[in-house]
Amino acid sequence: MDQATVEQTNRSVLRPMGMSLSIEQLNAWYGRKQALFDINLTVPPLSVTALIGPSGCGKSTLVRCLNRLHETIPGARVEGRVIANGLDIYGRGIRPMNVRRHIGMVFQQPNPLPTRSIFENVAIGPRLNLGLRGSRLKELVERSLQQAALWEEVKDRLHSPAISLSGGQQQRLCIARALALEPEVLLMDEPCSALDPISTLQVEELITYLKRQYTIVVVTHNMQQAARIADRTAFFLQGHLVEEGETQQLFTHPRKKETEDYISGRFG
Amino acid sequence: MSVPMPTSPSSTLQSGESHLHPFLTTRSSLNLRRRLVNALVVLSTTLAALFAAGLLIYLLYYVLSQGLRYIDLDFFTQLPTPNGEPGGGMGEAFQGSLILIALASLMGVPLGLFTGIYLAEFGRGPFAQGVRFLVDVLNGIPTIIFGLLAWVLIVIPMQTFSGLAGGFALGMIMIPIVTRTSEDVLRLVPRELREASLALGATEARTILQVVLPAARNGIITGVVLAMARVAGETAPLLMTAFGTTFWNTDVTQPMDALPLRIFQFTLSPYQQQVNQAYAGAFVLIVLILLASLAVRLATGGFKQR
Amino acid sequence: MSQERVSLSKARQQWVGWQRMLRVQRPGDLFFRGITLLFVLIVLGLVAGTAWILISNSLPTIRRFGFSFLTNKAFDPVHDVYGVLPAIFGTLMTSAFALIFAVPLGLGASIFLVDFCPRPLRLILAFLIDLLAAIPSVIYGLWGFLVLAPWLHNAGEPWLQQHLGFLPLFTGQPEGVGYLGAGIVLTMMILPLIISVSREVMLVTPIAQREALLALGATRWEVIRHAVLPFARVGILGGVILALGRALGETMAVTMIIGNQANEPSLSLFTPGYTLASVIANQFGEATPGLFLSAIIEAGLILFIITLITNILARWLIASLQRQAQGSRGGRP
Ligand SMILES: Nc1ncnc2c1ncn2[C@@H]1O[C@H](COP(=O)(O)OP(=O)(O)OP(=O)(O)O)[C@@H](O)[C@H]1O
Ligand SMILES: [Mg+2]
Repeated sequence: MDQATVEQTNRSVLRPMGMSLSIEQLNAWYGRKQALFDINLTVPPLSVTALIGPSGCGKSTLVRCLNRLHETIPGARVEGRVIANGLDIYGRGIRPMNVRRHIGMVFQQPNPLPTRSIFENVAIGPRLNLGLRGSRLKELVERSLQQAALWEEVKDRLHSPAISLSGGQQQRLCIARALALEPEVLLMDEPCSALDPISTLQVEELITYLKRQYTIVVVTHNMQQAARIADRTAFFLQGHLVEEGETQQLFTHPRKKETEDYISGRFG
Repeated sequence: MSVPMPTSPSSTLQSGESHLHPFLTTRSSLNLRRRLVNALVVLSTTLAALFAAGLLIYLLYYVLSQGLRYIDLDFFTQLPTPNGEPGGGMGEAFQGSLILIALASLMGVPLGLFTGIYLAEFGRGPFAQGVRFLVDVLNGIPTIIFGLLAWVLIVIPMQTFSGLAGGFALGMIMIPIVTRTSEDVLRLVPRELREASLALGATEARTILQVVLPAARNGIITGVVLAMARVAGETAPLLMTAFGTTFWNTDVTQPMDALPLRIFQFTLSPYQQQVNQAYAGAFVLIVLILLASLAVRLATGGFKQR
Repeated sequence: MSQERVSLSKARQQWVGWQRMLRVQRPGDLFFRGITLLFVLIVLGLVAGTAWILISNSLPTIRRFGFSFLTNKAFDPVHDVYGVLPAIFGTLMTSAFALIFAVPLGLGASIFLVDFCPRPLRLILAFLIDLLAAIPSVIYGLWGFLVLAPWLHNAGEPWLQQHLGFLPLFTGQPEGVGYLGAGIVLTMMILPLIISVSREVMLVTPIAQREALLALGATRWEVIRHAVLPFARVGILGGVILALGRALGETMAVTMIIGNQANEPSLSLFTPGYTLASVIANQFGEATPGLFLSAIIEAGLILFIITLITNILARWLIASLQRQAQGSRGGRP
């Protein structure tokens, strides 16, 4: 069985249930500076979880701990567990590259590979991880670009360099790149910060569609957005998880004073 | 908006077809191959680095350990003995090198510094860009070309090799180094400092001379030291200009010795005593350059960043 | 009347424009600026003067031999016939040798230094490499002449001949001095240069691009292959060309080990030969005014032109990389 078939088999088995993440006692440091303190949070499968909080509170750090990207920063360190479908991603014998391949990520700043073509940018994940080539690869790239609502804009210039796209298009290209690997979980760090309102709306619709088959964690500064798309929302302050719950619940009846202050715009 | 979804899960799956956790599906041949390639790259680049570093460290160690054996006080204060008799040193080479470096600095430092000031303070537009480019190119011209230049310009008309010609050739080599480092450090001087001075009514010239240059002093000195260390080791341009001598000489119109020149000539010498002294000279030269690099690193905080 | 006014205001505009262009309000500033400009012009004059002196002084041989100076094998003061074919061949041969070995080694070593090397060791090695790049060539020449050449003569070359003698590269009499020794010494000299330039450009690869690859589950090598190398490619090429320029013009280290003989160009690495720089270093002592002197200077002119071209190419490549790097935030892994 080639790698692509194995993956597809696994997907078929797992997709109906989706992947849940359960973060337990997670602490993260940059050198001596601690950025996350004892985070406990459960991300249900096939749902959208929004992370909100003022700038610098550790949202990006948490997201980067979920696909083992945090530890690639020199001096950075993580302690605690992140259980994905019963398996700790920080457990022994788990390869980070395998975790990252199944937990996709879209970064705060669009980061396409500038010298590669649009096509290559999307194709590179499946090419490396699944050894896909030829028409299957083409189909996958087209499908991913369509999902990211970019296909119509780029279908005639798939082979021009990615750097020729606008900022918003680049961000959607990065979404397509993550989707091309058909990950179990999709981490999105402020995916709309570089987008105009129409593309933002498209991405929001996309997220709502995708949650049927993907577990999604999305960082956002926009509370209306969180209210629109998220099933659950978690509020962070200075590296601590202050409150977490059903989005409706959290926005209408926050239990903590800090949460109320933040969502009513009194600070942050 | 209609978005095509990923292939929907098929129900045609035989049960027992592994409920493998996705994180554990690493044992495919593709992933094995990727990890193998990765390991091979790590291994081969490590070997390349070890080989390169080992080779160079061996060379350095060999020359240093040989040289150390033949160093004594006489080596710095005495003249070479004739015909490789025991004893003696290469005092005249140290004397000559000092004079040559001073001559070179006399020419290279002002030219380089003012060109650097021009580029940093007024250097906008295509002319400055051209100057910058030319200075960089000047830096890559083989140094023997400058020896040739001084030979044609000074040695042949004067009909004698001379320290002056050597200093001129070395000065040409210093110019681009001093120019580039001083331009770089002058650009680092904060804008506010200039603006404050100008706002207080100082003229532009005064501002640059009395505020900007002192603020950049350490950096400029670093650049000059770097340039001096560089020309201290230059041999080729001195062959046909300063030429070398085995006697004390402070007359810049006469042939003059230099440390690298003496190392070169004693290396080729048939006498073991002189070969030994060539090693000793190499030791001193390497140590001088090591010290200069260390000083520059410390002054610019180069160890912290990387 | 109104015509006049228009032209007057035009003149004033022009004056203001001039003032703004020079950004000068006071005569003292103008003076200072003039002084710095004067120094710049002196430097430019020196560069132009170098070119002019080389050209004007090699006119006798250029007139006499024309293009055949490049293809003539003899450098023969006795019959007053000059050519630098062996020297050009030797220059290219030894530099090519050095690049063939130093580029893969140097690139591998810099990849190791940037990506695989444990942190504390990284600082030490990087400093050492920079130090080695600053070691004067006479030191390399000393080692080449006193250690490498005797070893090649007694052990290295006989061994090569015995085991690889069927290759034209390893035929002929082992002499110790020759292309092989010069090539090895040049390799060692440009190695630190290549390592330090490629390390520098690889270090400024934006972290975001490394992370893009990492987040797709790439191995460390795949990150280098798809994020670092495409970004650093142009800069590395610039560094290699810079190193080539160094190898082409290197004088002392080569002169001390190449043997300095105007032999027929030959593929055998054991042949003692010449390079352009070593011709100059060896012949200037006996030079007599006339064609002989002119021939030496023309050798210098050819070297000047070759290195000028390689340097301009290298600078242009590096500058284009810097333009590309601007805007995207650089980062150190
Ligand atoms: N590479 C780093 N090195 C050191 N400290 C860092 C680094 N990255 C982030 N931090 C610190 O960690 C804390 C959390 O940063 P993080 O980027 O997770 O915040 P954030 O919630 O994503 O903010 P924003 O909304 O602005 O993106 C901040 O105090 C920040 O200064
Ligand atoms: Mg963030």
